[in-house]
Amino acid sequence: MKSIKKSTFVSQRIINSFIAILCVLIIMPFLLLVSISVSNEADIIKNGYSLIPREFDLSAYKYVFNNPSSIFNAYKVTAAFSVISMILGTMLIAMTAYPLTRKYLKGRRSISFYLYFTMLFNGGLVPTYILITQYLHLQDSIWVYIVPGLISPWYVFMMRTFFSDIPDAIIESAYIDGAGEIKIFFTIILSLSKPVFSTVALFTILAKWNDWYTSMLYINQDNLISLQYLLQKIIMNLELLQNSKFGTAGIISVKDIPSETTRMAMAVLVAGPALLVFPFFQKYFVKGLTVGSVKG
Amino acid sequence: MKNEIEIKHKVGAKNKKKGLYFGKSMQLYLLLCIPITLVFIFSYLPMVGIIIAFKSYSYNLGIFKSEWVGIDNFKALLSYDNFSRVAWNTISLNIVFIILGMTCAVLLAITLFEIINRTKVKVFQTILITPNFLSWVIVGYMVYGLLNPEYGILNNILVSLGFKKIMWYSNANLWPGILSIANVWKNVGMDSVLYYAALMSIDSSMIEAAEIDGANKLHVIRYITIPQLFSLMTILLILKVGGIFRADFGLFYQITRNVGELYKTTDVMDTYIFRLMKDNGNFSLSTAASLLQSVIGLIMVLITNYIAKKVDPDRALF
Repeated sequence: MKSIKKSTFVSQRIINSFIAILCVLIIMPFLLLVSISVSNEADIIKNGYSLIPREFDLSAYKYVFNNPSSIFNAYKVTAAFSVISMILGTMLIAMTAYPLTRKYLKGRRSISFYLYFTMLFNGGLVPTYILITQYLHLQDSIWVYIVPGLISPWYVFMMRTFFSDIPDAIIESAYIDGAGEIKIFFTIILSLSKPVFSTVALFTILAKWNDWYTSMLYINQDNLISLQYLLQKIIMNLELLQNSKFGTAGIISVKDIPSETTRMAMAVLVAGPALLVFPFFQKYFVKGLTVGSVKG
Repeated sequence: MKNEIEIKHKVGAKNKKKGLYFGKSMQLYLLLCIPITLVFIFSYLPMVGIIIAFKSYSYNLGIFKSEWVGIDNFKALLSYDNFSRVAWNTISLNIVFIILGMTCAVLLAITLFEIINRTKVKVFQTILITPNFLSWVIVGYMVYGLLNPEYGILNNILVSLGFKKIMWYSNANLWPGILSIANVWKNVGMDSVLYYAALMSIDSSMIEAAEIDGANKLHVIRYITIPQLFSLMTILLILKVGGIFRADFGLFYQITRNVGELYKTTDVMDTYIFRLMKDNGNFSLSTAASLLQSVIGLIMVLITNYIAKKVDPDRALF
């Protein structure tokens, strides 16, 4: 018996160590960013990046905090459209999903297909771009981040599955008590569906928080760019920001971001909070992924 | 008399019920009207714009007055070397990503499953899924930290070992590998969660029975663990193949920093369509290319879903 226990112990040690090393490898790139951001600029220029800072130096962060307007603005904008999208989106998705669970709703199948088809086929980049810029004039407005993606069919169907599991008996008794559909929706459905609401809300806010594509396509005003797009501009050396358009508004221009360390500091300031917050909601992300995927 | 009253009562009740349903349905339609309108505007209206693929689009003339050219745009597109290279890149890289991604995720899930301490597994998983929460922009910074020709870590190591620096951002041949590694790094954690959940539903008494019968670890993995995953893997594989003509734009744009010299191996349908619109201003060709992508994508999804239904009816998309 003892030898069996010992070999299990050893193999467990091996497996655990292997996974631990894997975890370090996964985190290492982020540690690299942090390390560069607290290094000395001159040292970096001379010797290159290193995983452990050779000379600890917080001047990159001091620089950012002395010129915070660009990152501060981007945080404001991103937080605003992310939160609004999350609230509006989750509500509207639920409002779409609930009626689809009521079997007596005429046209239920057609409406479901109407939504589903958009997952299979879409108009493409150019028609969408023309619609948003030439017809809806959403460019350079915060609403371009929010409105186009509000109804995601994937999440509608996820919520619909969840709502279908709510026993009809509860809803029927509410009808008998004289409640209308809308009242039922707002009282019963909302109070019983917190898990799926949390999951959809989290997925939504994560996607919006990381959005850079919308800024790239539709935003020209620099005070409306999202966090990720700000970072993208910095790393891709986009020279567009070199106009005086910036200087007077106090927003930093790209050519004024002089250094490797400052770039990395900004990356850390953008990614850090997300990395600290989102893993705590791991449970909901996992639930969202596995819903309907795992039998039994 | 009595019967008449009874009948009237019943009919009245039936009408009342119908009316009740009608009233209920009205409220449901009320709930639905904003979402349906939004979907119409942002998903269906753009489909009208598909006719641009058959026109020579000019901004001044607009969509409807621009000149009709039939399938000329498609003929042009299919004749370009760039296009066939882009199509090839998209498909071949997706195949590599699918195979590599699934293998790594399954191996990781099995390894995690072998760990007895489930709390440790939770901690490991929390760390392993963190790359999933980062945008490709941030990952682009990380790759830059490694591959920057002047300051990057990899070149530093190469130089200290006596080798020459590699100009990473100029050598297109390296990038299928680099992109594959980046893709696995970002997704393996989250992907393995799915397989791990499937493994957790294995009946442990089955494993105990097998061990009593003399099976060792490898036997258990081969005969119990992997078959459990088999149907999940098959379905996911089939569904992923359905999306083989689409690429993750962020991966191909941000990690490569949109460097032109790398297009040979990193330009995929999505980036090609984007550049046709943004850089070349060629709306017609861009629309033609994206129409091709959408149609091929639709066909792929229909075919693969049909196959999926045969394998495991519960899991097919529709």
